[in-house]
Amino acid sequence: MIPAAFDYVAPTTVEDALAALAQYGDEAKIIAGGQSLLPVLRMRLNAPEWIIDLGRIESLRGVRDDGDAIVIGAMTPHVVVGSDPLVAEHASLVAKAVEHLADAQVRHRGTFGGALAHADPAGDLGAPALALGAEFVIAGSGGTRTVAADDFFVDLFETAIGEDEILTEVRIPKRTGWGATYEKFVRVAHQWPIVAVAATVRVEGQAGDRVFAEARIGLTNMGSTPLRARAVEDALVGQPVTDDAVRTAAALAADGTNPPSDLNGDADYRRHLATVLTRRAVLDAAGA
Amino acid sequence: MTRISLTVDGASVSDDVEPRLLLVQYLRERLGKTGTVIGCDTSNCGACTVHLDGTSVKSCNVLAVQADGAEVTTIEGLARTVGGDDGLHPVQEAFRECHGLQCGFCTPGMIMQSVDLLKNNPKPTEEEIRLGLEGNLCRCTGYHNIVKAVQHASGQAEVTA
Amino acid sequence: MTATQERPSDAIEKEIGRDRRRKEDQRLITGRTRWTDNIVLPGMLHLAMVRSPFAHATITSIETADAKASTNVVDVLTGADFGAELGAIINAWPITPDQVTPAHSPMPADRVAFAGEIVAVVIARTAAEARDAAELVEVEYDELPAALDLKRSAADEVLAHPDLGTNKSALWVFDSAEAGTGGNVDEAIAKARTDGIVIEREYRQQRLIPAFMEPRSVVVDPTGEQYTMWSATQIPHIVRFALAATTGVPESKIRVIAPDVGGGFGGKLQVTPEEWIAWAVGRRLGKPVKYTETRSESLMSAHHGRDQWQKLTLAAEKDGTVTGLKVELLADLGAYVAIVGGGVPVLGAFMFNSIYKFPAYHFAVQTVLTNKAWTDAYRGAGRPEATYAIERLMSELAAELGVDPLEVREKNWIKHEEFPFTTVAGLEYDSGNYEAATAKAKEMFGYDELRAEQMARRASGDTVQLGIGISTFTEMCGLAPSRVLGQLDYGAGGWEHAEVRMLATGTVEVITGASAHGQGHETAFSQIVADRLGVPFESVEVLHGDTQVSHKGLDTYGSRSLVVGGEALVKAADKVVEKAKPIAAHLLEASVDDIEFSQGRFSVRGTDQGLAITDIAGAVFAAHNLPDGVEPSIDSEATYDPVNFNYPHGTHLCAMEVDTETGAVKMRKYVCVDDIGNIVNPLIVSGQVHGGLVQGIAQALWEEAVYDDSGTLVSGSFVDYLLPTAADTISFDIGHTTTPSLTNTLGTKGVGEAGTIASTPAVVNAVVDAVRHLGVDDIQMPCTPERVWKAINGPGSGGSTEGAAMPHFESGGAAGNQEQPGTASTDGAGS
Repeated sequence: MIPAAFDYVAPTTVEDALAALAQYGDEAKIIAGGQSLLPVLRMRLNAPEWIIDLGRIESLRGVRDDGDAIVIGAMTPHVVVGSDPLVAEHASLVAKAVEHLADAQVRHRGTFGGALAHADPAGDLGAPALALGAEFVIAGSGGTRTVAADDFFVDLFETAIGEDEILTEVRIPKRTGWGATYEKFVRVAHQWPIVAVAATVRVEGQAGDRVFAEARIGLTNMGSTPLRARAVEDALVGQPVTDDAVRTAAALAADGTNPPSDLNGDADYRRHLATVLTRRAVLDAAGA
Repeated sequence: MTRISLTVDGASVSDDVEPRLLLVQYLRERLGKTGTVIGCDTSNCGACTVHLDGTSVKSCNVLAVQADGAEVTTIEGLARTVGGDDGLHPVQEAFRECHGLQCGFCTPGMIMQSVDLLKNNPKPTEEEIRLGLEGNLCRCTGYHNIVKAVQHASGQAEVTA
Repeated sequence: MTATQERPSDAIEKEIGRDRRRKEDQRLITGRTRWTDNIVLPGMLHLAMVRSPFAHATITSIETADAKASTNVVDVLTGADFGAELGAIINAWPITPDQVTPAHSPMPADRVAFAGEIVAVVIARTAAEARDAAELVEVEYDELPAALDLKRSAADEVLAHPDLGTNKSALWVFDSAEAGTGGNVDEAIAKARTDGIVIEREYRQQRLIPAFMEPRSVVVDPTGEQYTMWSATQIPHIVRFALAATTGVPESKIRVIAPDVGGGFGGKLQVTPEEWIAWAVGRRLGKPVKYTETRSESLMSAHHGRDQWQKLTLAAEKDGTVTGLKVELLADLGAYVAIVGGGVPVLGAFMFNSIYKFPAYHFAVQTVLTNKAWTDAYRGAGRPEATYAIERLMSELAAELGVDPLEVREKNWIKHEEFPFTTVAGLEYDSGNYEAATAKAKEMFGYDELRAEQMARRASGDTVQLGIGISTFTEMCGLAPSRVLGQLDYGAGGWEHAEVRMLATGTVEVITGASAHGQGHETAFSQIVADRLGVPFESVEVLHGDTQVSHKGLDTYGSRSLVVGGEALVKAADKVVEKAKPIAAHLLEASVDDIEFSQGRFSVRGTDQGLAITDIAGAVFAAHNLPDGVEPSIDSEATYDPVNFNYPHGTHLCAMEVDTETGAVKMRKYVCVDDIGNIVNPLIVSGQVHGGLVQGIAQALWEEAVYDDSGTLVSGSFVDYLLPTAADTISFDIGHTTTPSLTNTLGTKGVGEAGTIASTPAVVNAVVDAVRHLGVDDIQMPCTPERVWKAINGPGSGGSTEGAAMPHFESGGAAGNQEQPGTASTDGAGS
């Protein structure tokens, strides 16, 4: 319950934070909201010598409109993201995922960028970010670079962010008017999802004759990183919004996944869940 | 050691602390605010919930140094935020009225989270109450009377035994 | 002192039966609490424990030099440093004369027998420094094979304690033919095999963790004339006794205080290594010391509960009349025989027959040692296991017969006119009315409408199926008649003590030997005394939980506080009245025979002369004018030993929805009608029922302590040991029927465990009922979505739980004890 001793610095600019990171290198650990890091420190599963706190860098907070994308500052708390009108309008899948992420206290304190950088495959934001084709803006000593979602998640708790870099913001291409659902399966409410499906779709046509024009689907906890269910996406496009069509497409949800086996279910059960949850998420996102 | 200054339950405090000191430990061990308690080490139980700059947080999941400059309200200072004449916040009173506690260990966190919930949603449905308290564990009450207490505090429930 | 003329109002409301708000709450809702961990003493030192990561290993060396050199460390001590000074952890209930009981040192010097066992203690000026130094203690182990799976351990494949030569601790048997309480069960089964029905099942009672919200904490202050221990315990009196018995300190030099205690549920009914180590360290250093466990430590090393395999055979005639019940249990003790230990399944031995008129009964439990955390009482202790078995079986019998499960129950239960009824297990049930409770429950539930909906969903092949589960339970509570405990070789009696002190200024101090930890004794006991003595509720102060104040008691567990402790209180209060009566007569210048006591007032029969009992207290304090030879005190005490248990019962009805596509289950409705006799405080009763229900429901649906194949507790934090939240539970419909108990003055029955005992089988019966038409007749607890889905889609009861946790925190899992996440399954697999 008591972390090992560390030194602490709370820079007020990204530049200062990068300088601190350069100085302390792999002896340092960045803290954003700290909702995943502090339990690790309390149980002494990790004992960095330095903690660099991004909490005093005001420029990393907030949601803004940037033309064809919205931009979410890495240090924006979940509760702000979840109630932001830009997010609701242009990236409603994110709003849906944030709504039931962890619990209220954690949503108050935890941050959008922190959760993504933590890269827990059971985290609720990876699959939506992947499905929406988010871009991750990463600052380093040589300036900033942008990493596509497909390249961001590398492995369990591992991302494309370098040792000397900081995630500063996430750009999410606008998908205005798309339907979205985050279908999360848990045994108790305070649990990480056993499996979750993030689905956002664009439907064309009139009532009774609606077809899927585009579909983007992300899977939570079906492998060591969040995954795209591309086979389902491809199978949906051009299909009518019907239970049968979606069922057929969703049956492909577990293709190429490598889910874990643990207390909450084995890999086969998770594969099965992925197909059921995908069908439900897609139908719900399509307003069916 | 890092110098921190903050306001806790209306009082200005200033201390040199180890950066590793958790906010909950600072409250309990340095300020003697033992009304806020520690129930787990994974941030699941919510017993340590306090308000940090007006919103609920789990004080085991905040470093004391991160609270530098902030305003903290604990269960011990909750009543003064509403100028409670008889020393009780309406939510505290509702927990007593509805028997929303037994051993009382989860109660400070449960009350602080309930206050936050009602601040954002003054007339919550039962489902909204239940979801709003998903970060707080209770082992005694089965939650039934806690939910009733929150309904009562929001003016939505009659009390019956 | 003059005789007052005015008579008290006849309209005084009786306190018993009122929904008084609790006296305890003011301090608890304002944070003005006295948890053990809040206590700070001058010069107090802090302890950190070094625990074994291995389930079974020889300790080859412990290197403490670096830890001792760490900042502000006072000392680092091992089992070898202490020797006999540490005392021993006792088992108070050897269930058979030849029980195999491993020696249990608080800190073994040579060999550890479960992961989490303490091998060294670090003492430092702050808790942080103690923890820092604990990381520097180097312990070398030679790992030994671990006995983990219950069935394999029962076969002695691997020995938990090699020196004992066996894992089989005790075989305890009850047979109705031998006891003369019924017939021969094997004959009944043989007969049923030829011309009747035999239901044979094997059920798993998974291992649970009490998971009280307040982690255990202990403070020892050796600086006074008496050594004082504050402990987050349910049993301060028993801790005091055991400290005296095992550490050589005279009992008169020991004071144990249980201040505010944050829940127990049996989990704090223990004498613990942590208490004994803190005691030894405090004595050796002559300084106050504190130890508070983390949640991970608590889950890993505080005792667990349940953990049985139940082999069950029920015989019945073709019409569903039951003829015999045979119960063969394997019970996992864990690494040591805890204070109640093997007594837990024995407490269930008398309850498998439940409310049914079995003519023949056989019960046998084999207790088994393994290399896992020790097991002991958890809410219900033996009786939930029994109730689960019989209530599942009765529903299986109904399914076999093709009749409504309530019908087969009613056919076999004791009719209300048959009380008192001596059961096949030899207990005399004093009262009850199962028909009344069931009728009321059915009505509240809307039983027929829900059955109709179930049929409609089945007919339409709905994805979401509905099931209705029934549990018509009884339990024995109010531990316990001392004579019965003696016959069972329990190491203590079952009496309770109370004292009533009449203070000079008119208030009343009540001292009870019960030790509340959330139950609300301060309120309920005040109500009893207020009625009995006719004093205001507010004037009564209830003191407990400190052996220097409450010098005598047997504490709180087994739904005993009200029915045993409350009765002691009644007797003490009655003695006060009897002692005050001659003084009242003297002061009123009347004959004792003419004095009446009513509503707090002594009056002279046929006159309006009278004196309040509080006036007598004042007169006794002054002692200026007392009858000759009468002592100047009306304070009284009483020690009450019950003559029988009492037998609450009830009918619980549960509707569960099962998502057949995912296996997810959702509670739709829960109704219970409990007959707990007369009710002192309906508000407190409702709280006990609600909380009990959720703990029982949690066994059915969520909780399971899972070990991997190396003996590491995988569900070692609240991330993986799943307690339900408000969002996972529903509001309950609770009601009561009242058949007063005949075994105590107040007519009360215990209520603390009823909800937990009854609800587990109601929920599982509902889940199974929802999918029985899909070929399912059992789902192993907890009924996880995975198990439900597998049961629907294949043979068996859903299989075992994978012995691995999600790795949420980047260095490999949430709990500190998950360095080697295994891939094997739990012993729940029964492989």
